[in-house]
Amino acid sequence: MSKTYETVIGLEVHVELATKTKIFCGCSTAFGAEPNAHTCPVCTGMPGSLPVLNKQVVEYATAVGLATNCKITQYNKFDRKNYFYPDNPQNYQISQLYLPICRDGKVEIETENGKKFIGIHEIHMEEDAGKLIHDEWDDCSLVDYNRSGVPLIEIVSEPDMRSAEEVIAYLEKLRLIIQYLGASDCKLNEGSMRADVNLSVREAGAAEFGTRTEMKNLNSFKAISRAIENERERQIDLIEEGKSVTQETRRWDDNKGYSYAMRSKEDAQDYRYFPDPDLTPVVISDEWIEEIKSRQPEFRDEKKARYIKEFGLPEYDADIITLYKKMADMFEETTAICKLPKKVSNYLMGETMKLLKAANKEPDELSFSPENLAKLIMLAENGTINGSVAKDVFKKIFEEDIDPEKYVEENGLKMDNDEEGLKATIEEIVAKNPQSVEDYKNGKDKAIGFLVGQTMKATGGKANPGVINKILKEILSR
Amino acid sequence: MSILDYTATTLAAKIKAGEISAIEATKAVLEQIEKTEELYNCYVTIDKDGALKQAEEIQSKIESGELVSPLAGVPVAIKDNICTEGMLTTCSSKILGNFVPTFSAEVVENLKKAGAVIIGKTNMDEFAMGSTTETSAYGVTRNPKNPEHVPGGSSGGSAAAVAANECFYALGSDTGGSIRQPAGYCGVVGMKPTYSTVSRYGLIAYGSSLDQIGPLCKDVTDCATILDIISSHDTKDSTSVGKKTDYTKALVNDVKGMKIGIPRDYFGDGLDSEVKKAVLNAAKVLESRGAILEEFDLGLVEYAIPAYYTIAAAEASSNLERFDGIKYGYRTEEFSDLHNMYKKTRSEGFGAEVKRRIMLGSFVLSSGYYDAYYLKALKVKALIKKAFDDAFSKYDVILGPVAPTTAPKLGESLSDPIKMYLGDIYTISINLAGLPAISLPCGIASNGLPIGLQLIGDCYKENNIIQTAYTYEQAGKED
Repeated sequence: MSKTYETVIGLEVHVELATKTKIFCGCSTAFGAEPNAHTCPVCTGMPGSLPVLNKQVVEYATAVGLATNCKITQYNKFDRKNYFYPDNPQNYQISQLYLPICRDGKVEIETENGKKFIGIHEIHMEEDAGKLIHDEWDDCSLVDYNRSGVPLIEIVSEPDMRSAEEVIAYLEKLRLIIQYLGASDCKLNEGSMRADVNLSVREAGAAEFGTRTEMKNLNSFKAISRAIENERERQIDLIEEGKSVTQETRRWDDNKGYSYAMRSKEDAQDYRYFPDPDLTPVVISDEWIEEIKSRQPEFRDEKKARYIKEFGLPEYDADIITLYKKMADMFEETTAICKLPKKVSNYLMGETMKLLKAANKEPDELSFSPENLAKLIMLAENGTINGSVAKDVFKKIFEEDIDPEKYVEENGLKMDNDEEGLKATIEEIVAKNPQSVEDYKNGKDKAIGFLVGQTMKATGGKANPGVINKILKEILSR
Repeated sequence: MSILDYTATTLAAKIKAGEISAIEATKAVLEQIEKTEELYNCYVTIDKDGALKQAEEIQSKIESGELVSPLAGVPVAIKDNICTEGMLTTCSSKILGNFVPTFSAEVVENLKKAGAVIIGKTNMDEFAMGSTTETSAYGVTRNPKNPEHVPGGSSGGSAAAVAANECFYALGSDTGGSIRQPAGYCGVVGMKPTYSTVSRYGLIAYGSSLDQIGPLCKDVTDCATILDIISSHDTKDSTSVGKKTDYTKALVNDVKGMKIGIPRDYFGDGLDSEVKKAVLNAAKVLESRGAILEEFDLGLVEYAIPAYYTIAAAEASSNLERFDGIKYGYRTEEFSDLHNMYKKTRSEGFGAEVKRRIMLGSFVLSSGYYDAYYLKALKVKALIKKAFDDAFSKYDVILGPVAPTTAPKLGESLSDPIKMYLGDIYTISINLAGLPAISLPCGIASNGLPIGLQLIGDCYKENNIIQTAYTYEQAGKED
């Protein structure tokens, strides 16, 4: 009989902070500029240049630490991690080893198996490296230092996770907290959130951990789940074959669905960490911590409770809407204008989710303005447009953020409330469809639906369906 | 009296008064360079045309009253590890043989604002590692007092340029004595200010926690005047404090009641008897002017050298990693892959002393040795600071020699690096403790070479040592 194995997982999560400027110089952190447009002597490691810490980085790191129940290290330091690589202009990365800014935190996650705390070993601040571009045609490499010096925090968890579901729940929780703080947009596909998975397996009930591997290059939740499953199987197979797991760093290839070894522990470099003499220790006073605390936003659980209480939303709605900060913001901003919370919630949970899914987008990529959604809801509410027109107009808002008032006006989509005109049209349709009239009279209620549809078609969808129904019934009951 | 004999402040006063122009002063220096530079090799780069052009611009600004600084129009030389925009900055290393900075160091900006005429960049020990200016990739500098001898180092080019009248004053950098020791060997005045007083932005780092830029000049008045101009609070340097002090206020010929401590540890074995006599004689002169002398035991002196070479080498091993052939500077001509390129570039680009310190520094930082070496050295550093704190609770100034001997002969030192390191014994504790200290001439030995006197002050108490040094200097003129 085969043995049962337990998977033990710890995560190292890198998050790019949303500061306007880099961690040690005044260069912009904006994504997507021309190569080396956002560089200066400091972030390109020119001789004689010196780093000066961006205070906002400390604020964000502290805010994330407080929100994840960490102890804040009030006297912390930066250390140099020394290694040679062309994307690292000084050949050392400024990071924190000896005195990281946050320690000993935890976050609560919920999976099908219930609630559970995941421990956070530490959070430290560091600078990102540049990007190498290999030109195989010219057989050379180019380096872009725009990303060099972009601030990162690395969140190191305890090895407390036991399944891919727990890993995803933990990452979603972190992402939500950090997005709510505004400390990062946490986009896995753009690299503003990156997770390395440390995984080992052991026989169920064993006291000691097995040998772990570290998995890199995981660019989506799906890739993370697949990589965890794959690595778990790989390690169990090795053990079952009587072989041992090698402590190594592996790279996941999501297209091929497998990982390969990048470097083993034996090749591990000695980073020769030591305190960076160019930077003074970071001292975080009690007052500063209080100030950061006082600015902490409302997190998801509080927000959810408030939506139920203040706006009378069903729990189901509140749960979905607060899952993304962008969605919650959209809900509140739209509701503030149109004062119709349930209608707003319906649009966000229904049409919005449907369109996002069709476009293969995440809710934080929503780009229309709450004003336009509010206007649309009011147009539908006061009977200016009917429900089917509203749906079409919303699609336009979702895609192009058009002004619905203008759009309805320009495209003549206003609901037709001219009863006399409508009556004439319906008379015509009834005359043309004797079979349907017959069916209706024989008790087939469905037949009226066909006649309504025909009327809508004839009026270009602008007629008020309530009025059509009313007139139809009058004519048919003659 | 030739123009060249003027001190920097006297020259500036004469330029201001219209007796001499900045152009004449610059030409005088350039003519002197023509005559003596071939022998002394003080400079790595001489910017003749640039200097004359600057002199003309500055002269017109002085005439229009736009420039009123006390050093406006005076030619200056800059150590070659201080970045000068558009002007070669090599650190006297092959690896930076073609490096032209895109920005100027904060000190250079400060000097430019004060109307300095930059003559060129002075020779030094490669990356400031050495005590003789013999480790330069661009030839040795000779001591103008006797060309068979070294000028000291690492700011040997700056000290020699001042001593040879190839400039009126110069900037150096001091990590373990690199301003004070060459000043002592060449018979000029040199000062290392309190760590954090002068911005390090644009100084190519050797030991970042110890490096400090300072003046090399003809007398104490110049020293205080230059310090006024170069010290500033610079937000680009996180370690810059830039307490604004008026250093020229301390140019007072009076030491009555000044308490001067004389550490017995600085006068023991290894100190040349002539040097000892001259330094103690200087103490007596100060006593005769009203200073109160007292001998005391400073302690820990024997631990300063190992602590210093551990910390400085550790920082250097990391600071010098950026010289890799990727972005600027020297790159080896042929290589097989990235790591081979790194290896060959750095093997060919760095000299022996630099490699020795990179290896030493990499070793003391390696995992498993960090606690035993680097961390222990930091503890020693803290203890040394404490020993000085205790001393300064009793004394205003500590007096001692700059170096155990006068300038050694060329070629004598490099064969025995440990002996060379031991030569730094009186200067390096001051860097470890972050203190200010001045070196000034206090006599000539029987071999004809100058002897240096060192006055050490408490942190940010430059004015105590300036006042003491000024009084001693004036006493020499009176006697």
